[in-house]
Amino acid sequence: MDNQQLLAHIAALTGSEPNAVEDTYGMLNVHLETSSLLRVVEGLKTKHQFIYLTDICASHYPDRVGAEFEVIYHLHNLVANQRVRLKVALPEAQLSLPTLTGLYAGANWMERETFDFYGVIFEGHPDLRRILNMDDMDYHPLRKQYALEDETRTDKNDTFFGR
Amino acid sequence: MVKTVDAPDGIEGQGFFATSLDKVIGIARSNSIWPLPFATSCCGIEFMATMGANYDLARFGSERLAFTPRQTDLLMVMGTISKKMAPVLKQVYDQMAEPKWVLSVGACACSGGIFDTYSVLQGIDKVIPVDVYVPGCPPRPEQIIEGLMKIQELAKNESLRRRDSDEYKTMLESYNIYSAEK
Amino acid sequence: MSELTIKNTGQMISTETIDGDIATLNLGPTHPATHGIFQNILKVDGERILSAEPTIGYIHRAFEKLAERRPYNQITPITDRLNYCSSPINNIGWHLTVEKLAGIEVPKRVDYMRVIVMELARIADHLVCNSVIGVDTGALTGFTYMFQEREKIYELYEEICGARLTTNLGRIGGFERDFSPTFHTKLNKFLAEFPDNFEEFDRLLTRNRIFMDRVIGAGPITAERALEYSFSGPNLRAAGVDYDVRVMNPYCSYQDFDFDIPVGKDGDTYDRFVVRQEEIRQSLRIIRQALDKMPAGDFHANVPEFYLPPKEEVYRSMESLIYHFKIVMGETAIPAGEVYYSVEGGNGELGYYLVSDGGRTPYRLHFRRPCFIYYQAYPEMIIDSVLSDAILTMSSMNVIAGELDA
Repeated sequence: MDNQQLLAHIAALTGSEPNAVEDTYGMLNVHLETSSLLRVVEGLKTKHQFIYLTDICASHYPDRVGAEFEVIYHLHNLVANQRVRLKVALPEAQLSLPTLTGLYAGANWMERETFDFYGVIFEGHPDLRRILNMDDMDYHPLRKQYALEDETRTDKNDTFFGR
Repeated sequence: MVKTVDAPDGIEGQGFFATSLDKVIGIARSNSIWPLPFATSCCGIEFMATMGANYDLARFGSERLAFTPRQTDLLMVMGTISKKMAPVLKQVYDQMAEPKWVLSVGACACSGGIFDTYSVLQGIDKVIPVDVYVPGCPPRPEQIIEGLMKIQELAKNESLRRRDSDEYKTMLESYNIYSAEK
Repeated sequence: MSELTIKNTGQMISTETIDGDIATLNLGPTHPATHGIFQNILKVDGERILSAEPTIGYIHRAFEKLAERRPYNQITPITDRLNYCSSPINNIGWHLTVEKLAGIEVPKRVDYMRVIVMELARIADHLVCNSVIGVDTGALTGFTYMFQEREKIYELYEEICGARLTTNLGRIGGFERDFSPTFHTKLNKFLAEFPDNFEEFDRLLTRNRIFMDRVIGAGPITAERALEYSFSGPNLRAAGVDYDVRVMNPYCSYQDFDFDIPVGKDGDTYDRFVVRQEEIRQSLRIIRQALDKMPAGDFHANVPEFYLPPKEEVYRSMESLIYHFKIVMGETAIPAGEVYYSVEGGNGELGYYLVSDGGRTPYRLHFRRPCFIYYQAYPEMIIDSVLSDAILTMSSMNVIAGELDA
């Protein structure tokens, strides 16, 4: 199964031509709508042997108005040794998409991590809490507007080069 | 040949040896330090190497590694302490009985190291007092051993009354640690 | 009914409780039996575990945020601290990712050198895990033997890069220097002596009746569940799935070498132990082949934009000075794009998802950390077993805190 065939399968699952497709470094990159995500992943898993969820992560693009966040899924077909990357763009106003925990048990912590870092809500997740940071943290640290450094540090004050 | 500890200064005569109690207790303490390895990350692996046969921490009287704070003398903090971990570290320190020493191993424990980030405590001396800092990322086992030997020096020369002094209490209070009778 | 069969093992334990009380046991975060800092809140009925709730993040160090602020060559030291038992694999995996993004072809010799270093790292990683399984069953001897062997691997690292644990080894495009003659002498000595010592360790445990009784059936997982949980590495192979990135998507010319992928059957602690033992033997095989077939050539790719010129050149030639300045200041141009690259780390598929916008630092870098992903199956693996098996299960999964919390 090459990337073109896979794309045809995904088009059949969404019912329409997927809206933006690029082929980067040999991996098919498919942009999906929030509404079709679950349908596509389920179809890929049950019909096309993408039984292995490699990773879930997100990314923040403050300049893309209306699509500030992107959630990225990597799936792997271990039989044909083919990988695919699915992307869902989300506006900051409505940061939610369906959970994959029903399809892959391993999605649980990956989604919790994504929530912790970016505040993306996975609807239907059994236990969507912070995982790496403290529970009382009041922001999502990997968003671009937040500083990397520890604000409490006083001993690093370099006038010329900054922190 | 078994190497024993040198006798402290004192007055010696036939059948007796007189010296001050401070010195005797100092020698006893410094050669039987029981460490509590608070190993969190990379430095912990170097600590395992230090415990191993090649470097053998047991030569310095630290044969017994105890993981129970109430029975140990030395808190060896090895590795990054995050803000999530800091209260746990402080609690462990609180539970240790006096006299107690703290050895901070590695750049992360000493200062936060390369991890100048929102989640990492910028040095354990923000929450507990530290006696000896061992730099390095991670320090070699030889360095960890040297840190332990510095602690031994401290233990040996410490006055018996130091832990009762007002100065010591004030120092602890600056870390919000209050002695039991209060 | 006062007895209960533990799943898969047929072992009987008593379920009679003292006054029928269910106790809550806080295991961690600084419990001696958890190697690293993880907290598990267990509900136990006698010795039987009813439920477990893991809490992680106690050494969360914000690697991903940190990586967004650093030039590409300065990210290598961060990768050291992911799985610190096998730092060179992380370093080289990162270099391979950048090389893929920038389209750098490295000479065959670099591939072979990398393979030697990565397999040494795999041996070092598996030695920690397996000797610690021994410690947790009460057999400390193997630990002291194997840590002596690990010291020899550290000496080999020192010969290559000067560091023992956090190696920061290699550069984008190759190595900073060729393997020295001393390295070859030491490696040959290691290859001659290590197998005997290792087999001695193997004889202490692998067919030891007491050890076998202790670990067979502890913390099992089926192949289906392991795949559901996205297991990878030795833990997945112990469950019977022969997924190995080195074979599936060969990198660094792994296709040139002849080696076997050991697989287990039950996915229990014993299988994980034996799979790791066998992988150490296979790693030795690969190292020997790589040494024998080591091609001549340069030890780095000819990419002046990424690879630092020799220091003497910097003083003499204008061009070298410019490249040196650009690399050190992190001003090297890198193409925009996104790439996912994975290598077989000590614990499984170690992936790097890198998004570049053409700037001096990555726009986004996500680490696929095998520990983080498979540790979530831990409650499922220990429920209905006894407490002492839970400790063994954790050590045999080889959960490394640095990789878990990133």
